[in-house]
This record gives sequence, C-alpha cells and structure tokens, in this order.
Amino acid sequence: MNQADIQQIVEKVMMELQTRISQQSEDKIDKDEKSFHYTAVDWLTHVPNPKFPEGIDELRKVTPARIGVWRTGTRPLTKTILKLQLDHAAAVDAVSGEVLDSLLKEFNLFTVETCYENKEVYLKRPDKGRVLTEEAVKTIQERCVKKPQVQIVVSDGLSASAIEANLRDIYPALLDSLEVNGLTQGTPFFVKGGRVACMDHIGEILQPEVLVLLIGERPGLVSANSMSAYMCYRPRKGTVESERTVISNIHSGGTHPVEAGAYIGTVLRKMIDQKASGVRLEL
Amino acid sequence: MKTTITLMGKTYQFKSLKEIMAKANEEKSGDQLAGIHAQDAQERIAARHVLSELTLADIRNNPLLPPEEDEVSRVIEEGVNEKIYASIRNWTVAELREYLLSPNVTNNEIAHIRRGLTSEMIAAVTKIMTNLDLIQAASKITVETRCNTTIGQKGRLAGRAQPNHPNDNLQGIKAAIFEALSYGVGDAVIGINPVIDTADSVKAILNMTKELIEKWNIPTQNCVLAHVTTQMRAIKQGGAADLLFQSLAGTELGNKAFGISVELLDEANELILKEGTAAGPNVWYFETGQGSELSADAHHGIDQLTLEARCYGLAKRYKPFIVNTVVGFIGPEYLYNSKQVIRAGLEDHFMGKLHGLPMGVDVCYTNHMKADQNDMENLAVLLAAAGVNFLIGVAMADDCMLNYQSLSFHDIATLRELLHMRPAPEFERWLEKMGIMENGRLTSIAGDPTLFL
Repeated sequence: MNQADIQQIVEKVMMELQTRISQQSEDKIDKDEKSFHYTAVDWLTHVPNPKFPEGIDELRKVTPARIGVWRTGTRPLTKTILKLQLDHAAAVDAVSGEVLDSLLKEFNLFTVETCYENKEVYLKRPDKGRVLTEEAVKTIQERCVKKPQVQIVVSDGLSASAIEANLRDIYPALLDSLEVNGLTQGTPFFVKGGRVACMDHIGEILQPEVLVLLIGERPGLVSANSMSAYMCYRPRKGTVESERTVISNIHSGGTHPVEAGAYIGTVLRKMIDQKASGVRLEL
Repeated sequence: MKTTITLMGKTYQFKSLKEIMAKANEEKSGDQLAGIHAQDAQERIAARHVLSELTLADIRNNPLLPPEEDEVSRVIEEGVNEKIYASIRNWTVAELREYLLSPNVTNNEIAHIRRGLTSEMIAAVTKIMTNLDLIQAASKITVETRCNTTIGQKGRLAGRAQPNHPNDNLQGIKAAIFEALSYGVGDAVIGINPVIDTADSVKAILNMTKELIEKWNIPTQNCVLAHVTTQMRAIKQGGAADLLFQSLAGTELGNKAFGISVELLDEANELILKEGTAAGPNVWYFETGQGSELSADAHHGIDQLTLEARCYGLAKRYKPFIVNTVVGFIGPEYLYNSKQVIRAGLEDHFMGKLHGLPMGVDVCYTNHMKADQNDMENLAVLLAAAGVNFLIGVAMADDCMLNYQSLSFHDIATLRELLHMRPAPEFERWLEKMGIMENGRLTSIAGDPTLFL
C-alpha cells in the first residue's frame, strides 16, 4: 500500500465519519425540536451574583434541602416550582404502591394482613392497621417461634417503595448486628397494611423480649423511600409511644440502611440489658 | 342545662355537653374516627344552636374531664380568675361570640375577660364562629413575648427557620440556615428537629447554632426540638439553649404518651430558667396539633378541637415565647383534606390567641392528605390577615427530614410584601445592617446564602 492509497482510505473514512456525525446531529436536532429532555441538572437554577460564586455548590453539596434556588421578586423561579410539583406528584402516586412478593420471598418473609381492608380505609382508620386479622393471628401462631429474644417484623406502612428500596441493604446488616451482639431471632414475617402499633398485637401473640419493626414512612419529596425502625422492649397491649425507640429517615440520602441495620443490634442489646425502651432507655 | 332543641318542628336530643361539643364541630375525619361526629349536616347545626344558647357557667359546671381525674383539667381550673368569671358566667356562648366581634371590644377588653375563660369555653365559642369570624377576632389580639428578642407586635410577621437535615449533618443544617436568613426568615427562632434524639447530638446542634448566632450577631433564639428530657440532659452537659421545646397534649394520658407530665414540665421550667442562655422571660417553645390525643388513645371521647384548646390551657402555665400548631402534619385520619386543614389552622390560631398565647402556625400537609401547595398558600394569607405571630419556613417548603411540606422562605417574604408586614423589629434592623432588607423590602442581594460564608 503506498502513500496515495493510505491517503485515499483516510479520506474515505473521514468522509464517512463526517456523514455519520452530521446524521447524528441531525437526529439530535430533530429530537430536540420535538421533545424536551429534563435530567437533574436541567432543574438547577443559579444565584446570579453570589458573594462567593464557588460557595453555592459547596452549600448545596451538604444538604438535600432546596437551597440556592434564587427568585423572581419574592417568588421562586418557574423550574423550581415545577420540580416541587413533580416530586409531590411522585410521592402522591407512591402512597398507593404495593411490595412485590418476589422481594419478600428473597428473605423468606411470609405475609399476614391487618384489618385495614383497603388503602382508603387504611388512611382514614389507623386503628384498623394496628390489629391483625384472625387469620393472621392463626398463621403467626402456627409458623413462628414463641417467646423469641428478638422478633423482626417488616411492614409496608405508608410507603411500599421504602421496603423495595431499603430491605436488601438493611436486612442482612440487621442479621449481622444481631449476631455481633449475641442476640437470637425468632421467625420474621411481613405485615400488609401495618401501623406502628401493630407491634403491640404481635407482642401479645409472640411475647418476644424485644421487637423491631421495619416500616415505610409517609413519603416526602426528597425521599419517597424513607423507612423507620421502631423498637420496643416487651411490646404489649397498652404500650405508649414514649416506650418505643425509633430510628427514622432510613434511606440512601439519610441514615444509610446498612448503617441503620448495623446499629439496631446495639440498641436492642441495650434494651435487653436495661430492661427498657423509649425515653427511659439511655443510649 | 338544656340539651334538647326543636328546629322547624324537628327535635334533636343530646345526652351530654360532650356530645353537643363534638357534634357542633365542622366536619373532621378525626371526630369521625373517634365515632363522635354529627350523623348529618342538620344535626351538626342543631348541636351548634344548642351550644350557642348554653351559658359559660353551664360549660364550667359540666366538665368534660373532671379535674379530679386529669391534671390538665386541674391546671386549667387553677388558672381561672373567679371575679372575672363571675362577671361573665351568665353569658351565653353566642353572647361571647358577639362580644368578641363587636367594634368596641379591643385587645384590652379581651385580655381582661380571658382570665375568666376556661379552655372549654374558648373551644365552645370557636365552634359557632365562621372562618372570617375567627380571622377578625384573632386580628384584634396582640400577644408580645420576649426571649432574646421581642416578637408579636402588630404589623409584624416573624418566621421560624426550620433547617432540618436527614442525618443531622451540622454543615447541612448551617447551609439551610444561611438560605433562610438570606430571605429574612429566622426572627422567631432558628429551630432544628433532630433525627438523633441523644444528648450529645442535641448539644452539638445547640452549640453550633449558638456560635452562628453570636458570630453574625443575629437577634434571634435557638432551639433543638428533641424530647424535653433529652434537651435537659444536653443542657446539663453544657448545651447552650435559648428555648426549651416540647409537644403538648390536652389530656394527662396524652401527655403520658409524649413521655411528659406537669411535674416534669415544672422541673424542666426550673432548669431552663436557671441554665438557659436567653434573656427571657419567655423561654418555652410548645407545639400542638389537633388529633394527637386520639392518636394516643387518650381522648376520653372528647372532640379534637376541644382537646386542642386544652393544650393551650396547659401551655399558658409556662408563659411560652412561641406556640405553634403543626396543623396538617398528623395526617388524613384527623384532617382529611385542605378544607379541614384550613379550618383547623384558623381555629387553632384563634383559640391560642384568645388564651393569650403567642401563636404561630406550621401551615403544612403530608403527601397522603388531599391537599397541595396552593392550599397552603391560601391558608398562609388567611393567617397573616388574622395577625399570626409567626409562620414556619422551610427551603422551598420541602422538609427533607420530616417528609412533609410547609411554607417556603419565599412565601413568608411574599406575605410580608403583600400585606405590608415587617419582620420582628430587632431582626429587621439586623437585616438592614446586612444589606438584605431596605424599607421593608428584600434587596437585590437577598436570596444569596453565600452572604454568610
């Protein structure tokens, strides 16, 4: 192959490349003319003349709060408002979700239900979410170890997506932390339509020394996937809120689920040692 | 006490004052949940007619929760001035309403008669008032309080900066405080709801905010809204707290669910007066909200509006700097939609003010309620017109820790401009010095959080 041949090949390749590039950019223009594409950066607005230009990013980096958004007069900019409305819409839609059976199977969690009936009744009648159905009581009695040291319960609560998002991280970490703290657990299960105080009913049925309930919190805008871990020493009918210890805000942007899982064992250990939970527990 | 009424030939028979009080309420999902609501719209109005004809003495003589059985009832009873009560005991509830709304009755007259009123009487009159009644009557009442600074003056609208962070990151909390200050918000308090309820963590947030306030000479006060026992431990370990915080319920049993009692609050009161960092004399921050007693199964069959009034009766004992009803936080089982939240917000503000309390409102909703940001903007305008002492402000209304929406810093700034209201005087002077505000309006540099870097 001589110099001229090489020259010819290079030119040909260059021509082809150029055609492809121009086709691509035509495609892009074509697409852009017909639709808008929003990714995270497209909602970013800017403070026009900040005192410390590099400071805005520094501040934004340390909090998920919507800061450095700027304004028109005293009102927020259009993109800021629309993003807020979009996130609210997502949270509203998330309330009606359900936890997939396949996820529960992964962790050998069988499912029982409270008396919640349906989502609307669940929202208006929290009392129904605190009591298990007769069938659920029977199932638990048949399948669970009685009087365990630690009883683990998982429930959808107000955000099924919180369980979907966090269970794979928190659950193994929780099991490890039980082992590290020399604790043994009974038979874990999933409660559909649960409220926090369903712990008390379960406490009556199984009489665990301590119970930990992993439950979906009501969704927020930054975190529609936030989970809480409620813990109680000898839960029973008549337990008051202040007797429960809680780690809230468990999600990838808050208390990380792995970290939370690892911490729960320590808390449970202290509950058993101090024979107390809630405000009387010294952490 | 008469408990039966015939309206246009139809007779309604009620068993007790408790039933009349419950059924006279505007529709609320919480009263329905408790099973004490009016069965239909006409029964509701019939109950309201009966209530309007009852005397203040009828209400006092038929306690919904006798003082022998409940310490909140005892606190309320002990607070009554018998001479003033004797002068108004034969007034009907309707007469009390018309007195409050009559043009000759001003802040001074109201300040006088409030000493003869119980929380139940205040609840009763609230039930027969329309939304605009509640706004007009409340707007007559001025309640000024002083911690490090004074708030509550007529024509002033303060804001709490609520810079919460999902894992209490101090830098993250600071960043949101800077944003709030740059919009002129933070004159009521810089108050953080912590995730971690331990003395060490609470102390760290207290001391960070205190240092920040001192560094920039901000005329305001700090507070970390942990359980009162945690705050007490933090203070004993050297935490610098201007204000002590606690959520209140309207019954002894409800307060037990919160892990508090009058005895504990008295003890905390002594501690903050002795070891708090503020000038005072007002050094408490209380929060309330309709439905918390029912949620703890501690309601004794009493309706949620009346129980809310009783929270204010208890709050009065401690002469708080600020009281805040977190009106839409509790959820749809107590206040189902925006109509109910708006009504409750106006009721709570009015009832608190009639008690003589420095009322603020967290105008808010959760994502499982039938409400949105527009509804909050509406309620905020109504409350500002009613003369609310302060409103909660969150960055773009979105609390990234508590998972609900309130008002934004922008909203508080907008209300001030729209209704010609100013921040608290000392704070406004500071904003002027910082170049953030001029003649009551935000300047071109307002909204830049890097001003504080």
